[in-house]
Amino acid sequence: MTAWTKKDLLGIKDLSVEELELILTTADSFKEVSARDIKLVPALRGKTVINFFYEPSTRTKMSFEVAAKRLSAATYGLSKSGSSLQKGETLIDTILNLEAMGPDLIILRHSAPGAPHLISKYTQAGVVNAGDGAHEHPTQALLDAYTMREKKGKIKGLNVSLIGDVAHSRVVRSNIFLLNKMGANVTVCGPATYLPKDIAGLGVKVTTKVDEAIEDADVIMMLRIQLERQGRKSLPSLREYFDFFGMTEKKLERSKPDAIIMHPGPMNRGVEIDSSVAEGPRSVILEQVTNGVAVRMAILYLLLGGTRNEDTN
Amino acid sequence: MQLLCDFYALPLPEGLFYCKRNGVCMTKEKENAEIQGHVIMDAAAINRGLKRIAHEIVEQNRGVEDLVLVGILKRGVPLAERLAEFIEEIEGKKVPVVKIDITLYRDDLTTLGPNPIVGVTEINVPIEDKVIVLVDDVLFTGRTIRAAMDSVMDFGRPSMIQLAVLVDRGHRELPIKADYVGKNTPTSLRENVHVFLKEIDGKNQVIIEKLNHEIKKK
Repeated sequence: MTAWTKKDLLGIKDLSVEELELILTTADSFKEVSARDIKLVPALRGKTVINFFYEPSTRTKMSFEVAAKRLSAATYGLSKSGSSLQKGETLIDTILNLEAMGPDLIILRHSAPGAPHLISKYTQAGVVNAGDGAHEHPTQALLDAYTMREKKGKIKGLNVSLIGDVAHSRVVRSNIFLLNKMGANVTVCGPATYLPKDIAGLGVKVTTKVDEAIEDADVIMMLRIQLERQGRKSLPSLREYFDFFGMTEKKLERSKPDAIIMHPGPMNRGVEIDSSVAEGPRSVILEQVTNGVAVRMAILYLLLGGTRNEDTN
Repeated sequence: MQLLCDFYALPLPEGLFYCKRNGVCMTKEKENAEIQGHVIMDAAAINRGLKRIAHEIVEQNRGVEDLVLVGILKRGVPLAERLAEFIEEIEGKKVPVVKIDITLYRDDLTTLGPNPIVGVTEINVPIEDKVIVLVDDVLFTGRTIRAAMDSVMDFGRPSMIQLAVLVDRGHRELPIKADYVGKNTPTSLRENVHVFLKEIDGKNQVIIEKLNHEIKKK
């Protein structure tokens, strides 16, 4: 039987196709729970979940919090501002102190790639990577995959184009890993300054032309320009970026009529996506958010629900 | 979904699964065929039992107004559907059948071993002020029924909850009693009761299997 045996969810890279399928299938059951009048089940009663967000977040943080509360777990939040990290306490010391309070799960967002992997060595609690620098954002990729599967009925064979700031996006990396494992055809597109030179090595088609990227796409995912992750400006101007790469109704005329538009959020309207597209009939951007709660409930359930064999992880 | 072989951690061909009882990979049908024991109900007996329960439900509730049958995943669901058919034959009215999965309400969820697969609950009719009949295959400790009642209550306030089971094997750990029973079968803890239903297992049969160890009660 397929059973979940891992203590942590650190990245898509470590997961097998069966584990990915298990998460997506389990999420179906939790989508139903979120559709009830009473959106609460007692599955994780008595479990302690710490939301540790070193970087700002609206969707991911709230989504994990809602997911944990709907499963009856107790959730606690810690952010960089307002914690002793500002007084110079190290990440490892912070985790050791949290560990002393006996949490069952720590959800970490951090600006340093690999931070969740590091802390998982210092705590008995499960660790979920809620985004580590420009490395991975596994739960985002899973909710994207769930949404694609829901809208298109499958993932295998889909043409998925990721357009925008590929270099700084952790969402891209997790999505590429996941979509490759599940048999989709991935194209990445952006200005040359936003395309890492070895990106084709991940097994994706690379192009700098939006028209080429959207022509055969079933799924068009726009990526945010991550101005906070750039030391030096790699764009002449946002206006020019919008003209060449921003998704507009006009550019979409070249796409398949049933292609769906996704965006991991937060959106820069008028930079990578025009408001009329973001709110248009093909946009599934807010459904991604709804599905995010179901997918995160599934992950919390799988990580905290059963007992784990100590030597399996 | 493709299942994994526990032992080799390899994907199994479709239709096969790793059978812990026998320690080898086999089809569900083969495993079912290998369960040896005393047959306490055959297809005809199951049919007669369900027919009688259908009559009792109608009689007890003076008709089928406000009745909703709730099948508990997984074998309670086909049983509830069969009961609804018999009730329709008797009264000429269709009774709604819904299904619930009690996994998330189990009291042993975190001590159970690996996560049980969560099924999908489908309660698509209002249950406020309805008479609910929970339907399950085997009544044992009563803990499943406790979980099912909690789950149902989260969907509304039924006017009454009743319980119908195909087999009552005793060993209750909670003050729970079935209103409608197909067969009362006192058992020991060194026995296992297997219910096979055509819709899931390809045959209709109830078997008592002798074990050489005591069952750890769930």
